[in-house]
Amino acid sequence: MSSDPRPAWTTARVVESRPVTDRIRRVTFERPAGRRAAPGTHVDVRVRTPKGEDVRSYSIVESSADGSRLTVSVMRAQASRGGSVFMHGLVEGDEIECTQPLQNFELRHGAHRYVVLAAGVGITAVIEMGRVLHRLGQDYRFVYVGRSRAQMAYVDELAALHGDRLELRVDDEGTGLDVESLVADLPDDGRAEVYMCGPIRLMDAVRRSWLSHGRPIADLRFETFGSSGWFEPEAFEVEIPELGLSTVVASDASLLEALAAAGADMMYDCRKGECGLCEVTISSVRGRVDHRDVFLSDDEKATDETLCICVSRIAAPEDGDAGTGRLTLTL
Amino acid sequence: MSLETHETVTAKIFPHPLNAWYAVAWDHEVTAKEPMSRTIAGKSMVLYRTTDNRPVALADACWHRLAPLSMGTLVGSDEIQCPYHGLRYNSTGRCTSMPAQQTVNPSAMVPSYPVVERYRYLWVWPGDMTLADPDLIPDMSQMSSPEWAGDGETIHAACNYQLILDNLMDLTHEEFVHGASLGQAELSESGFHTKLEDDGSVTVTRWMHEVEPPPFWRRNMRDKFPDFDGLVDRWQIIHYYAPSTICIDVGVAKAGTGADQGDRSQGVNGYVMNTITPETDRSSHYFWAFMRNYRLESQTITTQLRNGVHGVFGEDEVMLQAQQAAIDANPDHEFYSLNIDAGGMWVRRILDRMLAAEERGEDPLSARDLTGIGAAER
Repeated sequence: MSSDPRPAWTTARVVESRPVTDRIRRVTFERPAGRRAAPGTHVDVRVRTPKGEDVRSYSIVESSADGSRLTVSVMRAQASRGGSVFMHGLVEGDEIECTQPLQNFELRHGAHRYVVLAAGVGITAVIEMGRVLHRLGQDYRFVYVGRSRAQMAYVDELAALHGDRLELRVDDEGTGLDVESLVADLPDDGRAEVYMCGPIRLMDAVRRSWLSHGRPIADLRFETFGSSGWFEPEAFEVEIPELGLSTVVASDASLLEALAAAGADMMYDCRKGECGLCEVTISSVRGRVDHRDVFLSDDEKATDETLCICVSRIAAPEDGDAGTGRLTLTL
Repeated sequence: MSLETHETVTAKIFPHPLNAWYAVAWDHEVTAKEPMSRTIAGKSMVLYRTTDNRPVALADACWHRLAPLSMGTLVGSDEIQCPYHGLRYNSTGRCTSMPAQQTVNPSAMVPSYPVVERYRYLWVWPGDMTLADPDLIPDMSQMSSPEWAGDGETIHAACNYQLILDNLMDLTHEEFVHGASLGQAELSESGFHTKLEDDGSVTVTRWMHEVEPPPFWRRNMRDKFPDFDGLVDRWQIIHYYAPSTICIDVGVAKAGTGADQGDRSQGVNGYVMNTITPETDRSSHYFWAFMRNYRLESQTITTQLRNGVHGVFGEDEVMLQAQQAAIDANPDHEFYSLNIDAGGMWVRRILDRMLAAEERGEDPLSARDLTGIGAAER
């Protein structure tokens, strides 16, 4: 139900591009009509960087009724890999390649109350959620965190719409966010869903505080854009003695793909590290297991007894002379 | 304004908008004890309440292997547990627990429908949740006003919902279908006035002056004026609110006492509250109630009126079911219209515009769409 449809690429034409802060630019483009982009959706855009073409995801800030006119907002990153420089260089009339709106961060009806938490350019992922919660007459708070007001996009629009429900947390005005009290002050009497988007450090702090208060993890919503693992993907060897099978997993292939190519009939379904059907027992490993799934718990991952072969990998031993990673599996 | 072409307007099986509030149940039917199942606009839903009494409407099929959640149990403060493998969902439809694993797949969820409690009904929005503005719920305020008393029932009608709207928008059928209780020849002899209002509602007004009250109304008059005998002025003012709610201001007053000028003190006034929810293309949940604004203290009158209307609407139910069967048995035959269909045809045109707006992804129920202002832009 929530799984994304496959990205479908089309050409879009930039119809407006203007700055909203020193470093954040609003880019509006037109693409073929479809459905209105739902809150929480993003588009993937093909960007040109000094290193060549690449793909970046940008949250949709506004959508026309038929989804033919979409607006994203892009922060020019200090340590940009080139994507934001490309986006900031766009002018009216330029053509870009992008996907349809993709959903990874769905706003759901039915919570007792809502908290929207945005920090920095993370505002772009939740601004439309705020509009919908307001329209539906829901009980919500909108918490917006920034270093300084000059760096915070859309403050006036948010204040006009949300009034008292908007809580600005501005570091250089001495009102910065205290994560611990944000979580601790949520009422215990009923459930609150929190939708957050911001720097990974902030989101991780909220997540840890959330768990330490024993709140249900299903009520804390954030977008991960896929788990990228702890190590860069690299090639490693895999062996299944029962099948007399031994092969190499290339850095751009999954363990599941390599085993299937080598003739092993493995069980799998989601290929996103979610369902756990592809869990296989590890009999030995040289190197470090890079668990990239969300099926195994942190405790289970720590034992390295099993791994989910659709997404997880092996990284070479820390001792660089010990060779590449090597994995032996038991069926 | 140029003439629009309407292919769906005289459709025999009329499609239903999804971006709309529909009554799904009476408030008392949905509890925190047991889940219940109901199909609304082709979507099967499980309904229940949380322990703090909030209503919840989720898709009635587990994310895992689609077992009906309505056969499951309510657990904790707001969760429902699948009867088959024990997956649990909270009131937003997110899975919170899976069997035999320590984690929960973050993609596991079932659709959650906006649901609002108002006017003694629960209302659900089966379409795009981002458009589900509670202010769009049709005005049925007599249902919960201290100035009105009454009660009603639900008819599970074996027909397309639009046939019921047709039925209620033209009351000349009372003369033929309800001859024993409501009918009188003056119904079809007196003129009526149909108007599309600025807010997108439709009003059909009919006054019958100096007529014999039919049995139903004579009895009601005597509840308020025990010695009453003689002629009355009778009114029927039909209010239609898109997509499928019809509230009918009905009553009689002693003839010539000025009821048509606004003084209804010498009469009795009722409101027939009807909201019709498509279940499938060929079946509907028809929620009705009869409210009155006199003798509020009398539970006897409440029961008598409910039972009386039950009998009257039973006659409609027989006709509607037979009409649907005849429609299905004669697929090559079309609908033709009479002058008396003006109200029903406005309803059809408004529904047609709602469906078109839905196609374009636009906000539903805006007066602009319903009244056709701006239709030329299409």
